[in-house]
Amino acid sequence: MRRLCTAMIAVALLATFFPASVLGQEPAKLSFWSWRTEDKWVYDRMIRLFQQRNPGIKIEFIPFRAPEYATILSTGLTAGRGPDIIHLRAYGGLETFAAPGFIAPLDFEQVPELKRFPLQTIAGARSRKDGRIYGVPFATQTLVIFYNKKIFAQHNLTVPKTWEQFITVMRTLKDKGVVPLANGGKEGWTLEVLSGVIAPNFYGGTTFFEAVTRGQTTFRESAYTGALAKMLELRPYMPTGFMGVDYATMQQMFINEQAAMFIGGSWEIGFFKAQNKNLDFGVFPGPTERADQIPWVSSYADGNYGINAKTANMEAALKFIRFTATLEFGQMFTDLLAQMSAVPGVVVKNPQLQQVQAMNRKATPYIMLVGFRWQAPTGSTLLQSALQGMMAGTLTPAQVGEEVTRGLSSWVDAFRGR
Amino acid sequence: MTLSADGSRAGRSPRRGLSMRAGRRLWLAIFLAPAVVLFAAFVTYPILSALAYSLYSWEGIGRSGFAGVGNFIRLFTTFPYPRLLANAFGNNVIVFVLTMLVQNLTGLGLALLLARNPWGARAYRAIFFLPVTLSLVIVGFLWALFLNPVFGVVNKTLGIVGLGALARPWLGEPGIALVTLTLINAWRWLGFPTIVFLAGINAVPEDYLEAARLDGASEWDVTRRIIFPLLAPAVTIIVILTFIGSFNWFELPYVVQGVSGAPNRATDVLGLLFYRTAFGEVDTGLQDIGVGSAIAVLMFIMLVTVSTVGAVFLRRREVEMG
Repeated sequence: MRRLCTAMIAVALLATFFPASVLGQEPAKLSFWSWRTEDKWVYDRMIRLFQQRNPGIKIEFIPFRAPEYATILSTGLTAGRGPDIIHLRAYGGLETFAAPGFIAPLDFEQVPELKRFPLQTIAGARSRKDGRIYGVPFATQTLVIFYNKKIFAQHNLTVPKTWEQFITVMRTLKDKGVVPLANGGKEGWTLEVLSGVIAPNFYGGTTFFEAVTRGQTTFRESAYTGALAKMLELRPYMPTGFMGVDYATMQQMFINEQAAMFIGGSWEIGFFKAQNKNLDFGVFPGPTERADQIPWVSSYADGNYGINAKTANMEAALKFIRFTATLEFGQMFTDLLAQMSAVPGVVVKNPQLQQVQAMNRKATPYIMLVGFRWQAPTGSTLLQSALQGMMAGTLTPAQVGEEVTRGLSSWVDAFRGR
Repeated sequence: MTLSADGSRAGRSPRRGLSMRAGRRLWLAIFLAPAVVLFAAFVTYPILSALAYSLYSWEGIGRSGFAGVGNFIRLFTTFPYPRLLANAFGNNVIVFVLTMLVQNLTGLGLALLLARNPWGARAYRAIFFLPVTLSLVIVGFLWALFLNPVFGVVNKTLGIVGLGALARPWLGEPGIALVTLTLINAWRWLGFPTIVFLAGINAVPEDYLEAARLDGASEWDVTRRIIFPLLAPAVTIIVILTFIGSFNWFELPYVVQGVSGAPNRATDVLGLLFYRTAFGEVDTGLQDIGVGSAIAVLMFIMLVTVSTVGAVFLRRREVEMG
């Protein structure tokens, strides 16, 4: 009996030295890292579909917590142990991995589906260093205002179009004891989003974006600082002690119908629905100065699926990457996550997302993310912190413009000495 | 091994002694090896690699050319780094001073009270020490909830007792956020200096105190002239540990305020600044490993220098018992 056991153990040990892959039976195993912990069920579903069609490939979706993702990915890639398929951010967030050569460049021959993607979306997947594409864009996001339809109806309010109407709506709500806006300032990025909704209609949208990215003007310009000053008018309508209100509290206030409006991004739609099925909400763009203006909405490419330049399974990884660029993948992405897939031709069924899609006819690049997140210190880092100062009353809008311009001048040549 | 009285073993001792010495060394090496290996892997190597990183320029997460002191020059001359550095350093100083005043003085007071063995002293000792045993992440999370301006119990309680006017966004107002964080930290750590001071007080021989009392010294005189001087070694430890803790402060501000030192860098400390610069903010800031490493090197030099000088200075003031 003992001999038999020993023999069995020996066989088992020997077997580990001769894995089946050597004999060509084992499928190619690929890892796919991401920061989207909450979307794991969707990715698992799409991967199952892909695997059914490609029996020789196995993909494991491994999400990490968003705050640690960039650090984990950096460590993995520099140690030569990164994943095969990588969920990447867009613009500068992609550049930081692509420029040093950690990501495999893609071309139209390898991924012909990319030809159909609009240039603005592809811009988020392109490296500034060599102009090449490093991923398949997965979503576009738009910054908007959400409102609770039930609360609006209770107080006979209609969706505001102009700034004046917007303020009137908020004043009415406040007088009736309703918190008009759920937004807070504890987390700087939520203030940058707030500025992305409010400011473009006052600084002139894409015209200013192009002027400032070309270095013809700076963030000191009064059009920009004046637009930021509009944000100060929102303070009385934000929750008491709004500077201590974090993102989770903002969401909870809107989801639990404790606040009538929430200024945020289109990525919230799926989450709001999932948290409170009875929440009846609509979407409207940032208000304009005059009624006859068509409002600008800030939008951007959210991120990309890329391939590790050092992957041992390049062919299999490319197959999966091509799959992510198909209409079928895009449609599932939009249907399951209630987010705008970056794949062209996807039909949107969600009513709020349809509204967002319509607003996107006059979209302007989300200014810091698209234009000024290419090197450290990024425009977002500078703006978020300065906006906290402005909303807390320690900085003026002009000082915010000054801080951002001065900080950026360390790598934006056109700002130097201006 | 020394010479024996009759010298009989002396003849054999040179060889045997040598081998024993060698054996002793071998044992010492074996016992020290785990610590040396761990120290080298987790302290020496990271410090040296940070020093090396700080001397290179970086392209994203990839190392490019040798930069010499370029990153240090950038840290001290290119806006916004010099201001961020000065601001974070200043905040570390505030944290140190406040912690000394609030946490350690309170700890000393509690230790003096507990040393008199009041009713329930053991229970109090356990209660004061309890928060020290709690996970820092839990402490940060709980206090962030308590201080939440919308749902938090602190502002709600103030409202109920008629002090609603004092309600504040405790963690969101630039003027008070750092003080709030330091107080949370003091709440968590209070038990530690209390126990160290209490151990120091209990170590003072009872006959010293009795002799002083027989000579007619008041309780305050006993405390001031006997307990305090003999407590100096405990003070040295606490001051040095508070200094290192304050200047390495990272976990609590990170858990409660995130990596940006919100609001508007009001709670930014060197640890956060280093982390943020080297590894980037969640998805809005990029990695700048060169400048980040330069910050780490500066922090290390400062901590080692000040701790050493401080330890030497404080040691001199210590009084020997006996």
